[in-house]
Amino acid sequence: MIEGAKWRRWVFFYIPLGVFIFALLFPFYWMMVTTVRPDNELYRPWMAPNYTPFWTLHPTLAHIKYLLGETLFNTWMLNTLMISIAATVISLFCGVLAGYALSRLKFPFAGGLGTGIFITYLVPQTLLFIPLADIIRNFRLGDTPWALILTYPTFLIPFCTWLLMGYFKAIPKELEECARIDGATRWKAMVYIILPVAVPGILSAGIFAFTLSWNEFIYALVFLSSPQEKTVPVGVTSELIRGDVFFWGPLMAGALLGSIPVALVYSFFVEHYVAGLTGSVKG
Amino acid sequence: MAQVLIRSLNKTFDGVHAVKDVNLEIRDKEFVVLVGPSGCGKTTTLRMVAGLESISSGQVLIGDTVVNNLPPMDRDIAMVFQNYALYPHMSVYDNMAFGLKMRKLDRVEIGKRVQQAADILGMQDYLKRKPRQLSGGQRQRVALGRAIVRHPQVFLFDEPLSNLDAKLRVQMRVELKKLHSRLSTTAIYVTHDQVEAMTLGDRVVVMKDGMVQQVGEPLELYNAPINRFVAGFIGSPGMNFATVRMSGAKDGLRADNAGLRIDVPAEIGLRLSPYAGRDVTMGIRPEDVRVANGSDPAGLCFDAVVEVVEKLGSEILLDLQVGDQTMVAAVDPTVRAKRGDKLRFALRPDRLHFFDTTSQAAI
Amino acid sequence: MAITSYALVEPYARAPRRGAVTRLLEDERWLALVLLLPTVVLLALFIAYPFVKGVELSVTDARVGVPGSFVGLHNFAVLANDTIFQAAVWNTFVYTGVTTVFKLGLGLWLALLLNRHFKGKALTRAFVLLPFIIPTVLSTFAWKWMFDPTFSVINWTLYRVGLIHGRINWLSDPDLAMISVIIVNIWRGVPFYAISLLAGLQTINPELHEAAAIDGARSWQRFWHVTWPLLLPVTMVVVLFSVIQTFADFQLVYVLTGGGPANATHLFATYAYQIGVGTGLLSQGAAISLAMFPVLLVVVIVQLLYIRRVETL
Repeated sequence: MIEGAKWRRWVFFYIPLGVFIFALLFPFYWMMVTTVRPDNELYRPWMAPNYTPFWTLHPTLAHIKYLLGETLFNTWMLNTLMISIAATVISLFCGVLAGYALSRLKFPFAGGLGTGIFITYLVPQTLLFIPLADIIRNFRLGDTPWALILTYPTFLIPFCTWLLMGYFKAIPKELEECARIDGATRWKAMVYIILPVAVPGILSAGIFAFTLSWNEFIYALVFLSSPQEKTVPVGVTSELIRGDVFFWGPLMAGALLGSIPVALVYSFFVEHYVAGLTGSVKG
Repeated sequence: MAQVLIRSLNKTFDGVHAVKDVNLEIRDKEFVVLVGPSGCGKTTTLRMVAGLESISSGQVLIGDTVVNNLPPMDRDIAMVFQNYALYPHMSVYDNMAFGLKMRKLDRVEIGKRVQQAADILGMQDYLKRKPRQLSGGQRQRVALGRAIVRHPQVFLFDEPLSNLDAKLRVQMRVELKKLHSRLSTTAIYVTHDQVEAMTLGDRVVVMKDGMVQQVGEPLELYNAPINRFVAGFIGSPGMNFATVRMSGAKDGLRADNAGLRIDVPAEIGLRLSPYAGRDVTMGIRPEDVRVANGSDPAGLCFDAVVEVVEKLGSEILLDLQVGDQTMVAAVDPTVRAKRGDKLRFALRPDRLHFFDTTSQAAI
Repeated sequence: MAITSYALVEPYARAPRRGAVTRLLEDERWLALVLLLPTVVLLALFIAYPFVKGVELSVTDARVGVPGSFVGLHNFAVLANDTIFQAAVWNTFVYTGVTTVFKLGLGLWLALLLNRHFKGKALTRAFVLLPFIIPTVLSTFAWKWMFDPTFSVINWTLYRVGLIHGRINWLSDPDLAMISVIIVNIWRGVPFYAISLLAGLQTINPELHEAAAIDGARSWQRFWHVTWPLLLPVTMVVVLFSVIQTFADFQLVYVLTGGGPANATHLFATYAYQIGVGTGLLSQGAAISLAMFPVLLVVVIVQLLYIRRVETL
């Protein structure tokens, strides 16, 4: 704690912290209030005298009903869920195997491959999206979920691999050696001994991968065109705006509901998420 | 017949020649200890027998099979590691059963063997616990139990007692010895602690810089070390060494330096005669140095100033200044001495060792 | 408990015959190959191949539906003279530079605040990460609504407090648009910096601070001489990661301004999208994307060198 007078504690700690938290969380509050605010209040200019920004006295579920009933939002949610889960599964599978190989096996070019995988993490999607769109079209994957399920691992695997390498390195090699002496093949030693011990790491990587998939935008924007194939971020952006008119109520409802799955996963696994984040940064 | 034959074994890592031409014959049911300072190659040799390191050149035979290219799982060996290497996500029972499951033994047989091992080691109470709930000594037992249930042809031990506290270490040493006589299985044990080597081994192999220095029964190494390294390594406190000049006297040879004038007994004198006029290294163990009484011949005595007195209860260690060198004497607890005293000490003549100063070999 | 030598119970079993696959997978090198194969295939197919194709595209004059022919560096020459491209380059550097400085500063401050013990610390930390967790596009919409000139709550607050007297066109004034975009990026990035730096702070042994305090160092001196040097490795990694992500950013600007008003907020990515997908000039779009590469390469090399240096310390 900050030593000294109580006022010092308030000035140097509570107030700054409070301001930070307020600034960071206010937009979400705004999202929530807008979602339940009726249209007539919503479209009241801020100069008008009865502008009540921070609360509403007539909350309504109309926007949510519109979103769920009149748009393809449910489909988008399902699409996004399916794509995120599939991409996460693929990435974890590849990441676990690759992370194990790079951190516990000795073979030629190990260093080079590790660096190579690390570098691909730093090739952003915005660099590849134009030629990749072409390739997706050539593989006849355009406008299908597979376009995303197969391309998302390109930025998920390097991250998962890197994260899991850190966890694997921390497992003493004697465990594996003992298993091999006990009669296990290298493969069995990996599956029965190393993987169970690395479960926290695998969980962290999986949750991180899920959140990153859900957040992806440009590939989904470019590779998908039919409204029923879209993911939540793309659907909300493209279908809730007609020309120049923004349907703010349903838009905010979409933003709010679209964030819920990720927020839920996050809230159950906060420790794992933070561990994943900090593990990746500490290398 | 589970003998282990090591023939001309070599290992090179990144240009470092860690194990140099090691030859060993370990007989069936024998308990052999590999001992030496860190980096002497003992652990690498053990790991090559286990199959955890590849063999650069040479052969390892277990039974009568060359195992060079067999993976560890097919060599029918069991190993106990320094930090136990217990599977943290499995209970004690499952830890012990793992190897048997890998060999596809049926549940009933597995249960029998685990119970047997648990009985021998007194572990019945914690079969269901996880490793993190056990103390260091208990974990070591589990590691042992895991090795025992496998009924292997050879046991391998990699410094298993180093992580235990001193008292526990002494206790476990005794238990290991009892265990070995009960199980009668060939065992290779690696340690840096010469006390463990002396107490546990049927035969002891002293290694240094990747090479075998001497192989023999413990007392053989103690009484007849073949070089200065083995002489200094075995025994605690270590042997005293002094560089002396040999000179011929009318009734035999004499060894001299600034503080000592020792008459060399006739039996050894013969071997030392070629060294007349040259320097040799003389060695005498602290326990063979005692306070002189009137009847000791002058040619076997020397004067010294007491620097430090260490009272252990069972004996007293005196750090002595003899001329321009230091020596340690381990004397009877009844001796009264204090710092600064000048006393006369006598050596046991039959316990003198001499070493060539260049080759370090015993003369 | 007399168990006599039960080692004699079974004669020495010969090693079992192992199948070819098992024996192959026992070899470290073959096992590594098998384990790395799926990853390498996926990355080769969807990163290496597109990259090469991107380079190929950028030196042709292809358009949607029209396979092009080789034109050498023509596309890049055109871009060099394109004022919008020049603006995009400038914008991206300003955007990256300014946001990074603020994210680092504010993130560090927040990390230092969170590094103390107080009630509800875990909960606070969890909430603080929310801007980073929630999909960027969705939270950016909330900001867009907050910035709307007619309905903006920010305008209302500032008006009430007396700081302004008319409306502020956050998103339709070219200069303000850039500031708005920067604000939202900072808002989104501060949690990432804060949590990562917090983790770094927590690895610093508190005894070092105590020793420094006993030696007479005041709190800012302790920070500068003890905390900051020890935090440098983590800081470097976080900054380099963030710079790459920010430099190649797309979602935020696309949603807030689409690159406008009057191309005032275009970045490499949004401009590439507009040219490549919007107007269908694939080859030019590819060239714009590729123009990012030299800068990213330099950043990656710096990061690799730094990591290597830290590892050998």
